Amino acid sequence: MKRAVSVLLVAALAVSSLAACGSKSASKKEDDKFYIGGIGPTTGGAAIYGTAVKNAAKIAVDEINEDGGIDGHKIEYKFEDDQSDAEKSVNAYNTLKDWGMQVLLGTVTSTPCVAVADKTAQDNMFQVTPSASTTDVLANGNVFQICFTDPNQGTASAQYIAENKLASKVAVIYNSSDVYSSGISDKFIEEAKNEKLDVVATEAFTEDSKTDFSTQLKKAQDSGAELVFLPIYYTEASIILKQADTMGFAPKFFGCDGLDGILSVENFDTSLAEGVMLLTPFAADADDEATQNFVKKYKDEFGEVPNQFAADAYDGIYAIKAALEKAEATPDMSVSDLCDTLKEAMSGVTIQGLTGGDEGLNWEPTGEVNKQPKAVIIKDGTYTAM
Amino acid sequence: MKKMFDKNNTKKATRDSFVTYGIVILVFIIVQVMVGTGSMSSLMQGLLVPLCIYSIAAIGLNLCVGYLGELSLGHAGFMCVGAFSSAFFTKYMVDTGMNENLRFVLAIIIGTLTAALFGFLIGIPVLRLQGDYLAIVTLAFGEIIKNVMNVLYVGKDSKGLHFSVSDASALKMEEEGKMIINGPKGITGTPHQASFVIGIILILISLIIVYNLVNSRTGRAVMAIRDNRIAAESVGIPVTKFKLMAFTISAAVAGTAGVLYAHNLSTLTALPANFGYNMSIMLLVFVVLGGMGSFRGSMIAAVLLTMLPEVLRGLSDYRMLIYAIVLIAMMLFNWAPKSIEWRQRHSLKGLFSKKTKGVQ
Repeated sequence: MKRAVSVLLVAALAVSSLAACGSKSASKKEDDKFYIGGIGPTTGGAAIYGTAVKNAAKIAVDEINEDGGIDGHKIEYKFEDDQSDAEKSVNAYNTLKDWGMQVLLGTVTSTPCVAVADKTAQDNMFQVTPSASTTDVLANGNVFQICFTDPNQGTASAQYIAENKLASKVAVIYNSSDVYSSGISDKFIEEAKNEKLDVVATEAFTEDSKTDFSTQLKKAQDSGAELVFLPIYYTEASIILKQADTMGFAPKFFGCDGLDGILSVENFDTSLAEGVMLLTPFAADADDEATQNFVKKYKDEFGEVPNQFAADAYDGIYAIKAALEKAEATPDMSVSDLCDTLKEAMSGVTIQGLTGGDEGLNWEPTGEVNKQPKAVIIKDGTYTAM
Repeated sequence: MKKMFDKNNTKKATRDSFVTYGIVILVFIIVQVMVGTGSMSSLMQGLLVPLCIYSIAAIGLNLCVGYLGELSLGHAGFMCVGAFSSAFFTKYMVDTGMNENLRFVLAIIIGTLTAALFGFLIGIPVLRLQGDYLAIVTLAFGEIIKNVMNVLYVGKDSKGLHFSVSDASALKMEEEGKMIINGPKGITGTPHQASFVIGIILILISLIIVYNLVNSRTGRAVMAIRDNRIAAESVGIPVTKFKLMAFTISAAVAGTAGVLYAHNLSTLTALPANFGYNMSIMLLVFVVLGGMGSFRGSMIAAVLLTMLPEVLRGLSDYRMLIYAIVLIAMMLFNWAPKSIEWRQRHSLKGLFSKKTKGVQ
């Protein structure tokens, strides 16, 4: 019983903290501002993506605010960490809702995005995801993507390799426990058949065995692959490159947007990544003015070369701006009304954007984006357009 | 002599259990009032169901660790089994036009029973081991479950169910066939049916089951085995039977938590973060912090530790550091001998007991 009292005290503490949190919800919102929230991992394994999105969106928001805002309304922006975990992501979403969010830019990674998309559909909140590429997020019609869907990336990669005759014998190493990775590799293998590419080895690894790839590489080497397709994230790819180098296996490496970021991996000898090709809609050394401006600002403010996730997030904010302008929306509209008007406006919006290529970005009413894929190659330690 | 001992003990235990039910119901009422008056933030409202989930899982694990005295590091695995089996059922039945509530009740029963079945099957070989060995084997079991879920593909079309462990195209489904479990993508689009009310009901049911179990003849036998296996065996207690029973019930309760988990988010994937050993260890932390053998304590620990990182969001990345420090501080406050001594000297209970000394 002695303990019971102390336990009761703790319970009282818990309840009072509950109450404390409750009272915070009365947010001090300003009427004349759009509240845009962002969600993504800024800690944990996918932190580079979340941080890039967080920073780039901030640049875009600052630019818009300096120019006088959207039809005279400034933007208020806040970013929450989700550690790339579905449950945490929903918590982050609720935190932002308490803050007064009207439009969501996020989430960055796919699985959490499915969970959050379900919540935004319930609340009827307009959501633009910079990089969640699975088609599952599009189920409810209120989510728009800035990045390609996974199936599109797989198909486009296979077509690109075949069209440019990069190789005829291809090996695939993918993460079978990851939605993004298995989504791309399934479609890649399917499309490779149509393109008469010879997939000589398909090797999988899982979340628990992502530190040693010598078996997979050995099999790829033995199968005589000229090109290894890596539809995976950069952390594992950096290990693969290192181990392939130690084994003396030097095929061409080809990846998707997940490889973007490989040059910022700590303690990774970037010379190993020389010649790695990746399909991404953004190259930091492109010579158009918008890109150069953005890269310069990003470097000045955060000391790094922005990757494709940053560019997607930057475009995401501008896409939201374009949609808000087209819909002639005002900040005093309710979240649900905003969503309804923005959903209609979005399919008529075209923006040039950093990732738009020659034709710019526009959206299907389903939320899927239309834009051109670009391939970049890593040369002299930077991403260079091919 | 024996009778008196029993009576006093039972009385105390009953009072203890009713205090716990009371706290749960009180929290429920407070929360309902706060939600009703709109004074609760969306974050807290969103956390209500996860808090129930982890409380239930902690109750389940506490039965195993606190009363059976066996360290299990595989309870996330049982949660995983419960989650996937129930979500599978719900997805399978979703377009048959079955009553939603009935479907959810059946899903809870199916998830719980499947977890119990796995607990039973794992228990047969595993409970022959003791201490560290058991911990390692349950750890391995949890990982196996998680990995099996990651390679499992199940689809449904007009011909029935198709299974595969290689990839989706190996299912050879008809065009209009629908994926139910899609390998690493898990189960998506499970209807959102878990609510705080159901969570509280399940907590109460789990509590009633475990309290009645530990205060019964069976529970005393289980504790006797924990305290001295040889002595228990020598007075004729069937050790294996009771161990297996407690372990199975513990797994079943964890499975119930899994069912709630599956019906709370629209995506269910078996990742290291939610069903890996990290989660098992997290559950163990709830149990150890709250006190082995104290269901109430483990519930409170689960609530506090689940809420803490979310409440600390304002500190951005420092919250991870603060979380760890708070965990250490709480562990010390609760369990360091000096701190227990200090608390006894300064507790409110001390003040009360002086006044009521004459009565006792």
